[in-house]
Order: sequence, then C-alpha cells, then structure tokens
Amino acid sequence: MTEQLQEHFDATIARDQRIEPRDWMPDGYRKTLIRQIAQHAHSEIIGMQPEGEWITRAPSLRRKAILFAKVQDEAGHGLYLYSAAETLGTDRAELTDRLIEGRQKYSSIFNYPTVSFADVGVIGWFVDGAAICNQVPLCRSSYGPYARAMVRICKEESFHQRQGYELLMTMMRGTEAQREMVQDAVNRWWWPSLMMFGPPDDSSPNSAQSMAWKIKRHSNDELRQRFVDMTVPQAEKLGVTLPDPELRWNAERGHHDFGTPDWAELMRVIKGDGPCNAQRMQRRRSAHEEGAWVREAATAHAAKQAARAEKGAVA
Amino acid sequence: MSDDHVYMTLAEGHEDDARWAYGTGFEDPLHGVDTTVPEGVDAGELAAVCVALADDALVSAQRLAEWITRAPELEEEVALANIGLDLLGQARLLYSRAGQADGTGRDEDAYAYFRDAGDFRNVRLAEVPCGDFAFSIVRLLLLSSWRLAHFERLASHPDPVLAAIASKGVKELAYHRQYAAEWTVRLGDGTEESHRRTRKALEQVAPYLGELFTAFDVRDEVVAVLRQVTRAAGLPMPVYRPLPGSGRDGEHTEHLAPLLAELQGVARAHPEATW
Repeated sequence: MTEQLQEHFDATIARDQRIEPRDWMPDGYRKTLIRQIAQHAHSEIIGMQPEGEWITRAPSLRRKAILFAKVQDEAGHGLYLYSAAETLGTDRAELTDRLIEGRQKYSSIFNYPTVSFADVGVIGWFVDGAAICNQVPLCRSSYGPYARAMVRICKEESFHQRQGYELLMTMMRGTEAQREMVQDAVNRWWWPSLMMFGPPDDSSPNSAQSMAWKIKRHSNDELRQRFVDMTVPQAEKLGVTLPDPELRWNAERGHHDFGTPDWAELMRVIKGDGPCNAQRMQRRRSAHEEGAWVREAATAHAAKQAARAEKGAVA
Repeated sequence: MSDDHVYMTLAEGHEDDARWAYGTGFEDPLHGVDTTVPEGVDAGELAAVCVALADDALVSAQRLAEWITRAPELEEEVALANIGLDLLGQARLLYSRAGQADGTGRDEDAYAYFRDAGDFRNVRLAEVPCGDFAFSIVRLLLLSSWRLAHFERLASHPDPVLAAIASKGVKELAYHRQYAAEWTVRLGDGTEESHRRTRKALEQVAPYLGELFTAFDVRDEVVAVLRQVTRAAGLPMPVYRPLPGSGRDGEHTEHLAPLLAELQGVARAHPEATW
C-alpha cells in the first residue's frame, strides 16, 4: 500500500504537479516542509522588529505610512505562512512555542541592529531583494499551499523592495550626511545579506533532498550569485560602493566574482550569538506572555457565548 | 518569471518617477482639488479645526504604532496597524488642508515635525501612554466613537475639502469603533482578570472624558455607545471626573513632549534633508 502511495507521490513530483494537504506524502517531506514554512513564518514575525523600531521615528509622514504598512504586511505574511503550515497538521500556537523556546530558527539577518533611518531603505533593497531571489522559485514549490502563499508574498515584497530603493535614491539626492548614512548602512548590511542564502552548497546538509522533492528549486550558491549580479548595477545607479574589494565582472563566467562571506560569523549568529538574538527573542516572548490574558479572555468569552446560545436554544 | 522582472528593472528607467511608491505619492495629497476656501467659511477657524483633528489622529497613530511587535496576537498586530494607518492618513489630509486655510502654505511635515508640545491641540486622552491592552482598547472605543460622531457632522461642513475628508473618515472610524467595541465586550465578559483590567481602564479614562465633550457637542451619542457596550460587557459606566485644562488650548500631560521627541527627533536632527 505505502509503496503505491509513494509511487504516486513520486510521479506527481516528477510531473511538476502540486502536492495538496489531503494527499499522501512521506513523513520526511511533511517534516521538512513544516520546518521550512515555520522558519519562514517566524522570520516574517521577528523581521517586524528591526524596522518596526523606526515607525515612531520616521522623519516624514509619508515615510511613516510606508513603513507602517510594510511592517503590517509582514504580520500578514506570517499569518499566511502559519496557515500554510497548519495544513500539514500542526498549529500556530505550537509553532509559536517552538520559536520562543528556541527550538525553531528564524532568518539570521534579523539579528543585526538598525542604527539609522537609512537601514530601513537598505533592508528594503538588500533584505527584501534577497528574500525575493530566494522566494520567487518557491512560487513553484511542490507543496500547493506554500507555493500559493509565496505568490502573494513575493508580489508584496517586490513592492517593499522598490520602496526601500526609492528611499535610498531620495536620500542620495539629499545632504552629505544622508549620503554617508546610506553608505554606512550598505557597508553594514551587505555581508549579512549574502549570508541570507545559507551556507555554501558543499556544506548545506538538507539541500539535496529538498531539491529532489522540489521544495527547493535552486542551490544556495546559485541564488547568491544571482543576487550579486542583480544588485551590482543597482548600486552603481544609486552611487554607493559595495564593501567587497574582490567584487568584479568576470566576462568568462558571465557573472560577478565576489569575496567569501565570513561563514564563522553566520554560524555564530545562527547559534544565538548575533548582536540582537537575545533582544529579538525577548521581545517576542514578552509579547506572547503579556498577551496571554487577552487570548484567554477571548477564549472564555467565546465559550460563554456558545453556552448562552445553547441555553437559549433549549429554552 | 515576471516577479523576477520586477527586481531586475529596479534601477532602470524610472528617472522621473524614481520617487514612486504605492498610495503614497509625492504629490500633495490634495493635488487637483479646488482648495479655495469658500465664501462664508472663516479660514482661520477652519484651519484650527483641521489642526486639532489632525493632532488627535497623529498622536493616536503614534501610540498605536507602539503596539507593533507587542500585540497579544498576530490578528491584533494587523488590526491595530490598520487603524493607525487610517488615522495617519486622516492626519496628513487634515494638515494639508490646514496649511491652505491658514495662508501659511505649510505642508503636513511642517505641522507634524516642527511644532512643540504647546502648539499641539490634541485631546489629552490621545497622548497618555498605551498601558495594557484593556486600556488601549477602552481608549480606542472612546476616541473612535467621539471622532465618528464628529466626522458624521463634518461630512456636511460648508468647506467641501473638509467635508470630503470627513466622509472618507466615517467609514474608517466605524470599523475602529466596531473593533474596539467587540474587544471591550470580550474583555469585560471573558475572565476575572480581563474584567478587572477593563474596569480599571474605564476608571483611568474617566478624567479625560470631560475634554471630549466640551470640544464638540456629541456627548449624547458617545454616552449612548458607551452605555450599550459596557452593558454588553457587564461593566459599569465610567464615573465622570473632570480634569482642569484642555489639550485643545495647548495644555497637555507630561506624556506629550516625550512622544513628540521620539516622533520628531530624526527630522529635526536633519532639517535640510529630504526624505
């Protein structure tokens, strides 16, 4: 029986068709997807913090509105993704517990601080840009609910990226101090952004199986190369320097050569030793704990309402 | 894929619209609207009304923004942000109208970023700190009911611009009031703890109620809403305890200046900058 189901599953993947929630799937596939989608959802939620810090301080009302809306979109992305994960037989409360107990990760990029308003623009340009590179192929992921969530998320992120870049363009046309802020933010965010694609292919343990299952479509290094190739002309247009002395066009390869990110730093941040890991987790945990009485009240009210309705129906 | 395309064209082309962004263009929000103040409307009075209502909205939006990443549930993050964005949008339109009416031609940012606390005309209920979720909800219930009643009247104001801003706002505020009313009922009826906290919140807002009712004659409508909601929630009506002074005259609590310091800090540190 299982053999037949496995064959059917393999054939569906081979034909590039989608696996849907009620379809049979191997346990490993289910577990891998839950892990990946949950980490993605957690990243959206934790990712609200570095930029969210600037909503109250944004230097114009227009920028305040743009940033407020962007951070709200991230909460919305978290919601779609938790819902996609729930179709695999887990629930949001359980995934939230795994996050705040440190049993599941989120993207290491959000463990870096946002020290000036230029960071808001650079995050839009680099971090949303890298997320788009990573996620556009996921719109074709083999798991239906995840792929569909990604279509919507990618559209909104393209939009956030343009808004970030547009902020930087405006700042580069402003004062000398603003140009310095932009360059400084570029210097700080470039390498962590390259690390968003994960470790190099030869040391990425889960990649091969995810590629075979078509959960993942391109390798970490391929996506990283693509991001660099797309970003270089944008940096030129903006008038900033990417902080990598080894960065140059390689006509033979048809790609840019670039330096090696500090993988030891990535490992440290993933393990919890980044500049803001403790702060990000603390905020998420305290929001969850301080909100417990509110969630309990909503549940209690719903139960009382149901009891009253039943009593009314009997009477 | 077409989504890739969006990214790759980021640096191409848009020389002229490089400042593009969805729903938040750089054009004056009232661009293309006939902004002449009609005869028979006192321009100074119109400007004062717009500034006061804009200040209420901006200060409320600033407080709502403080909930982001701190809300009890993701749905509440989204809802509170939504309400904050609506209010921010109302503030921007009202400031723009004020700048035309008072003859100074000031833009929205001049009002928001380059006035001190004593020049702000918001009611004090908007500026007091967020407190717990119960306080924020009860405050929202009061402010949205009060603002909605007022906007319903302003929708027929002789100034067509203010009337249009108010008509648009009515739909938004009806949702804000509904959201706050539903949560007040859940919290009042929910658990012992949520009941206690909400009751305390009603006591805490009491001193600021008088100010809402002296500014505009909408007291009966707001009291009726409050009576209906508190009854459904099993909560007592707040006892009216007037506090001397009024935010409408520039008299504020100690909480407004730090709120503005945060709001205005970056803009004031770079007065020559463009954002």
